[in-house]
Amino acid sequence: MTTKIFIPRDSSAIGLGSNAVAESFARVAHSTKADVEIVRNGSRGLIWMEPLVEVETNAGREGYSNVTTDDVESLFKSLVTGERDHEKNVGLVEDIPYLKNQERLCFARNGVTDPTSIEDYLEKDGFKGLKAALNMDGKSIVETVTQSGLRGRGGAAFPTGIKWNTVLNCSASQKYIVCNADEGDSGTFSDRMTMEGDPFVLIEGMTIAALAVGATKGFVYLRSEYPHAEEVLNEALQVARAKGYLGDNVCGSKQSFDIELRRAAGAYICGEETSMLESLEGKRGLVRPKPPLPAISGLFGQPTVVNNVVTLSSIPFILANGASAYKDYGMGRSMGTLPIQLAGNIKRGGLVEKAFGVTLNELLYDFGGGTASGKPIRTVQIGGPLGAYIPESQFDLKLDYETFSAAGAMIGHGGIVVFDQTVNMASMARFAMEFCAIESCGKCTPCRIGSTRGMETIDKIISGENPSMNADLIEDLCDTMLHGSLCALGGMIPFPVLSAMKHFPEDFCLEPHANKVAA
Amino acid sequence: MFLRCLAHREVSILADTHHKVVVDAALEKHESTKGSLLPILHEIQDALGYIPSDAIDVIGKRINRSRAEVHGVVSFYHHFRTHKPGRHIIQVCRSEACQALGANDVIDKLKRTLGIEFHESTSDGQITLEPIYCLGHCACAPALMVNGEPRAKMKSERVDSLINELRATNYDD
Repeated sequence: MTTKIFIPRDSSAIGLGSNAVAESFARVAHSTKADVEIVRNGSRGLIWMEPLVEVETNAGREGYSNVTTDDVESLFKSLVTGERDHEKNVGLVEDIPYLKNQERLCFARNGVTDPTSIEDYLEKDGFKGLKAALNMDGKSIVETVTQSGLRGRGGAAFPTGIKWNTVLNCSASQKYIVCNADEGDSGTFSDRMTMEGDPFVLIEGMTIAALAVGATKGFVYLRSEYPHAEEVLNEALQVARAKGYLGDNVCGSKQSFDIELRRAAGAYICGEETSMLESLEGKRGLVRPKPPLPAISGLFGQPTVVNNVVTLSSIPFILANGASAYKDYGMGRSMGTLPIQLAGNIKRGGLVEKAFGVTLNELLYDFGGGTASGKPIRTVQIGGPLGAYIPESQFDLKLDYETFSAAGAMIGHGGIVVFDQTVNMASMARFAMEFCAIESCGKCTPCRIGSTRGMETIDKIISGENPSMNADLIEDLCDTMLHGSLCALGGMIPFPVLSAMKHFPEDFCLEPHANKVAA
Repeated sequence: MFLRCLAHREVSILADTHHKVVVDAALEKHESTKGSLLPILHEIQDALGYIPSDAIDVIGKRINRSRAEVHGVVSFYHHFRTHKPGRHIIQVCRSEACQALGANDVIDKLKRTLGIEFHESTSDGQITLEPIYCLGHCACAPALMVNGEPRAKMKSERVDSLINELRATNYDD
C-alpha cells in the first residue's frame, strides 16, 4: 500500500526548510524504490514545529517535528521497519493539545488537505455552503450571514450581513466583490495561511457573496510580499474554472462569476479599503473620504462588497451549517471563532482558532508556552502596528471586540506579538511613528507631518531632553492625529505610542503616573 | 552630472531592444483591462527588476495617462524600483514581530557586512538590501526574503554564510 507523506508547502514552512526536506524525501524514495506518495499540504499552523512532516498510518496521521534534511534517511528507515521511536516523532498530530483544544471552523482543512486538490476539498465538506446558497435567493443568503453575527475580520469588525445588504439593495449594472488580501499588519498571517493552505474556501466564500448581492466579478487584492500565496491561489483559481465553479455558469446555475487576482505593490495603506480601491483602479493608494461608502459607490464607482480573506472564508461554514451553528460560538456581540496568530517572541508560535471569549493568559501561556527566549513576557501588541501595547496586568482580558475597546485596545486582525523584558518601549513607540511616516499616503496633514514630528520628539525623550514636556507634546500631537486623520493609520498610530507611554513610563525617563508634572 | 542626466533622457526606450520588447508585451497584455497600471508595472518589474525611467512616457501615452500620473504611481508604491537592483535581492523584515526576536541585530549585521544602507546595492552590483514590512512569517521571526524565497528564524550569526552563499552562486551562471 502506498504510504502518504505530507510535507507543507506553506511559505513559513518553506522558510524553515520544508522544500529541501521534500526534495530529500523524493530522492530517498526514488533510490530505495519505496512505495510512498509525497503530498505538499498546507500548514496546520503549529509553526514552531515546522517543517512538520506527517505520515499516514492506520491510527491517523503521525507527526515528525522540525525535520531537517539530515533526518530524512533515519525517518525513512523507521517507516520501513515500522518502528515509531524516531526522536522527532510527536505522535498523532490531531492529539497534540495545541491543535486539539482549538475550535477550527475556518481552518478545518488547513494542513489536512492538498491545497490545490479540489477532490480533497470536496471530501472535507468543500462547496457545501455554495450548494446551499445556490438554492437560496440573495436576500435569504444575506439574512443567514446577518443572523450568524459574523463581523469583518480584517480589523474593523463591521457586521458583514449589513454590508452585504447595502450592496444587495443597490441597483447597478455591475457590482463587485473585492477580497482584501493586503494583510500588512505585523504579527498576522491567517490570510496568508488560508490562501496557501485552503484557497478553495476563499473562492467559495467569494462566490457565495457574489450570489448574495448579484455581483459577477471579483478581485483578490493580494500583497506583493506573498508570492507563494499568489502561486497557490492562481493554481486553485484555474482548477475552479476548469471544474465549473467559476465562469459563466457557476455549477450549472446559469449565474456568472469570476475572480481576478491583482497583486498589490507594498503599500501598507492599501489595506485600508478605500485606498485599496484606488489602487485597483490603477492610481496612487490615497484614502477616499467616506461617504460615499464602498458598498454604494466602490470600485469604479459601482456597489462593492469589500471583505477580508478570513471573513469571506468563514462564509462557507455558515451557509453549510446554518447561522446558529456559527453563532453558538463566542460571547456577547463577538460571535463565532477568530483565527488568532501568536507571533514574535513566543515559544509555540502559530495559529490558534478559538471562539471569542478566550483570555490572553490562556493564549499566551497555555497555547503559547511563554516567550521563546525564556524570559518573562513584558508586553504584547495586539492588532498590528496600530494596536495598543498591553501590560501583563491586563492579560486576563477576554478576547471580545467590546471588552477590548473598553480597555483602550483592539483585536484587529487577531495578531498577538509578544515581547520579553528586553524590549525598550520608547524605541517601539518611535518605530510606530516612523512606520506611520513611511506608510502614510500623505492625504491628511496630521498623519503625513505629525508622524515625522512625533518621531523627532520621541528621539528627544530618548536622549533625555526635557522628557516630561516632550511627553506632553506627544500627547497633544496624538490627539491631533487621532481627530484629524481620515483613516485608521493616522487615527490609530497614537494607540501604540500612548499605551507604551502610559504603561511603561520608566522607558521614557518619566516618573510613573506623573506625565503631566513639569521637569 | 547634469549633462549626464540630459544625455540619459535622450536615450529613448527604443534604444534598448530588450526593454522595448518587455514594455510592449506588458502593454499588449494588460492595456485593455480596467485599472491596468499596476498589472503593467508588475509585468515590467518582474522581467527587468525595475521600471526604467523612459518606460514611464511610453506607458502613459499608451494608456492615456500623463507622465506625472504614471510617475506618481511608480513612486507611491514601495515595491516598484526605479533603479536596476543587484543580481541578488535581500528583503529584510523590520516589523514588530521580527524586532521582538532580534531583527535589528540582523539588519545591522547585514548593513555592516555588505557595507550598504537600505535601498542600496553593493559596489560590485551583486547584492541589493531592502526593508520590508511583514512577510507573514511572524511566528518564526526574524524573517527575510532572498530572491523571492523566504528564510525564517534568521540570526545575525548566519548573515556571513548567507552572503557567502549568494556570492558563490554568482560564478555558477
